[in-house]
Amino acid sequence: MEATGTVKKFLFVNRKAPYGSVYALEGLEVVLISAAFDQDVGLAFLDDGVYQLAKGQNTKAIEAKNFSPTYRALEGYDIEKLYVERESLEARGLTEDDLLVDVTVLDAAGMAALMDEMDVMISF
Amino acid sequence: MVNEGPYQHQSSDSAYLFCRAAIEAGHQIERVFFYHDGVNNATKLTEPPQDDRNVVARWAKLAEEHGVDLVVCVAAALRRGIVEQNLAQGFRISGLGQLVESAIQSDRLVVFGD
Amino acid sequence: MLHIVNKSPGERSTLASCLAHARPGHSVLLIEDAVYAATKGHAAAGAVGRAIGAGVKLFVLRPDLEARARAGAVAEGIVQVDYRGFVDLVTQNPRVQSWL
Repeated sequence: MEATGTVKKFLFVNRKAPYGSVYALEGLEVVLISAAFDQDVGLAFLDDGVYQLAKGQNTKAIEAKNFSPTYRALEGYDIEKLYVERESLEARGLTEDDLLVDVTVLDAAGMAALMDEMDVMISF
Repeated sequence: MVNEGPYQHQSSDSAYLFCRAAIEAGHQIERVFFYHDGVNNATKLTEPPQDDRNVVARWAKLAEEHGVDLVVCVAAALRRGIVEQNLAQGFRISGLGQLVESAIQSDRLVVFGD
Repeated sequence: MLHIVNKSPGERSTLASCLAHARPGHSVLLIEDAVYAATKGHAAAGAVGRAIGAGVKLFVLRPDLEARARAGAVAEGIVQVDYRGFVDLVTQNPRVQSWL
């Protein structure tokens, strides 16, 4: 298979909290690899996935790797489309100020419209 | 894409039955990518009871008969002790780029997980 | 667009998340433990019925219903499909989202 030439719209859909399971961490690893393929990549954070972006994560006492700084490094990989769902933030008592990186906040209808424009959705 | 191991969760069964139905309908399954605990689908050390399905052997048969490329993510596999020495027939270990490449080249990508 | 849900609504909120993002004309396929949401009298019936009323097409995987002894209890307006039908839904829709 040759992967050259085609540019697809990818959306990585993050709906799970970090640390309780490995999905967020290993999901981020896929996102980083995708940067090498020159695709149109975006990340969506909804439901408990918004917790992945919470400021001030400190994993020392649970002896897990704190991978949250990686979200700030995505810009360096030309991955700049980060979408967070407003209803998911509100349901968890969070605001945009609680997040560690600049994001675009969308309501659920906006998120649904965004999904409807995608070629590929990979969900974790 | 299969994100859970065999037996613990139905996702591997669902993915397999989906693949088989797609092939029977005349579609081509280019690749199955095993990620997260899904890499546990690829161990040849599995020995299910005789009255149960053999999930690993079933995948291998699909690869053999229909040329389906069964790819196990190397990083996820190393974390979980899946290496060449215990890799079942029909599977190969490679990088995450294989997943992204499949998503670009194939008409559809379906994710099965928990 | 095809949405796939595999969790029982009695255990996780994925069905609610899915239905909040399913637009008119979209298809939702219930598989694995999500098939319980397709059955008459289930607490999720109201939400499923409202989605159907809003123009979302609901499908349920019959082999998963049969395994769980619920094939005879499917609510009206929900279409039962086999794995071949699952494949057809994937090919008929340009994009697929699995609500894991």
